[in-house]
Amino acid sequence: MTVVLETRNLVKKFGGITATDNVSFKLHKGARHALIGPNGAGKTTFVNQLSGVLSPTSGTILLGDQDITGWSARRRAISGLARTFQINQLFADFTPVQTIVLAIAERESKGSEWYRPAGSRSEYVDEAVDLLRQLGLSDVMDQRVGSLAYGRQRLLEITIAVAAKPHVLLLDEPAAGVPESERDQILEVVASLSPDVALVLIEHDMDLVFRFAKSISVLVNGALFVEGTPNEIANDPRVRQVYLGEEELLHV
Amino acid sequence: MSDIDADKVRARASLLAEGRWRWPEVLFWAVAASLFFLVPTKLTLLSEIMILGLLALSIDLVLGFAGIVTLGQGAFFGLGAYTAALMAKHGYGAAPLLGFIPINDPLLGLVGGAIVAGIVGFATSFLVLRGSDLTRLMVTLGVALIVEELANKLKWLTGGSDGLQGVLPAPLLGKWDFDLYGQVAFIYAFVILFVMFLVARQLVNSQFGMSLKAIKQNSLRSRTIGMPVNARLVTVYTIAAMFAGVAGAMLAQTTQFASPDMVAFHRSADALLILIFGGAGYLYGGLVGAVVFRVMQDFLGGITPQYWQFWLGVVLLLLVLFVRGGILGLLRNGRDKFFPKSGKD
Repeated sequence: MTVVLETRNLVKKFGGITATDNVSFKLHKGARHALIGPNGAGKTTFVNQLSGVLSPTSGTILLGDQDITGWSARRRAISGLARTFQINQLFADFTPVQTIVLAIAERESKGSEWYRPAGSRSEYVDEAVDLLRQLGLSDVMDQRVGSLAYGRQRLLEITIAVAAKPHVLLLDEPAAGVPESERDQILEVVASLSPDVALVLIEHDMDLVFRFAKSISVLVNGALFVEGTPNEIANDPRVRQVYLGEEELLHV
Repeated sequence: MSDIDADKVRARASLLAEGRWRWPEVLFWAVAASLFFLVPTKLTLLSEIMILGLLALSIDLVLGFAGIVTLGQGAFFGLGAYTAALMAKHGYGAAPLLGFIPINDPLLGLVGGAIVAGIVGFATSFLVLRGSDLTRLMVTLGVALIVEELANKLKWLTGGSDGLQGVLPAPLLGKWDFDLYGQVAFIYAFVILFVMFLVARQLVNSQFGMSLKAIKQNSLRSRTIGMPVNARLVTVYTIAAMFAGVAGAMLAQTTQFASPDMVAFHRSADALLILIFGGAGYLYGGLVGAVVFRVMQDFLGGITPQYWQFWLGVVLLLLVLFVRGGILGLLRNGRDKFFPKSGKD
């Protein structure tokens, strides 16, 4: 299987704290991978380094066979690495259509066109409308993003990332803060994404993780603790002990 | 199936609607043009207001759309003014460009002012990429102070604190001399302002303008969708500097004078004040603000010549405390209240 994203001995230190501890990690094409771990395990820090929001203290990040360790967030994005944020990072005054048209225009390197009105490329608008429909947002597509319900904003967060047509998509707690009743919709959306895209899901909701993932990595104190299939993870006594305590929790 | 198509049609229409001309805009420009006939005795003041409005418009491009605060736009205004003044002064009688454009031609002076301001704008734009609003204020202020001091010190070039005398622009389009009543100056300022406004309007309604609005709202997200945020900011800062350069060039040409006052700190501060007054992010804020600012200055100055700025301060405080978005914000709120959902200004 092709490796699409890889880290080698990745380390990130904040002063005396080691937030990422020598993580070597491989992601294969079309993966459905979950990254779990207790609070403060360094999951978001890890994703921030992958996406270029933070730069690692040492180690290497490879996208395909290219070393992207020194690349900017922007360069990674246009090279096919997209992400969502745990805390919504949206354009509050835009509508969903505007947001996605913007993302498509930037993907096509047409974001600096000044001689024709925004929205005059109808193929972008059409694609945006299709995408919003696919992700269940067509009914609110011309409402102000800032006024949308939280669950809808989470979906838009994913739509923005998908609009980039990434090879690798990092989903940082896509269901965080979403009411129970709307979580299924997010999982459906995530499950419906193209099988060619390698997905990394960071999530606390174990139910979601075990329904989604084909492989799981457990991060503890910044280090990779164990990797395996959902079954292996669920039956690993060390995981029970370290991550889940002694509670009876895992029922696949 | 038909539903999907209807969605697409609706989405296209709503995106394009952002940039459509609306009747208040047409009315605005019609009224502005008609002032030529309505108040023929105030044409000089009106030209000055339009020039001030263009300077405030240039700040709107960086602040209202890209979210960069600046206290240094006066530097580019002054650079444009001195460039045009020097071209008009030394171009008189010099060999014409390409054999037929006199160096002191007003339009050539505008181009010169825009280029010089644009070069300095581009060079200093990298200073505003980093840091918070506060550092941006300090950096832009610093650049403006340096330019101001240079205008004072480089006596051989600028005439120092006495200013630059003998600024004699050629007749406009080779035909019309700037007259004492300010008729030519008014038409000149009006046409140039309108053309520059059209350019600005095109910019902000384009995909480029949309990306600026995105940066202003969330630069982290903009970067992570692959937008070259810094390049966009450098571009808009340079364009805005050119706009300010054109405004300064027009002032030097129509008043046939250039002095350190044109680069002074109060230019930057007044223009920023005018924009906040009128409302940032509407394009019209600077223009409306300039009118209100100068009319208030005239009116309040008539009542209390020494303390007019006190009343200006009071009005400004009231506006900032009670109305978000300046005068145009007030108008928009009013419209939304009385005519909900009827398109926008």
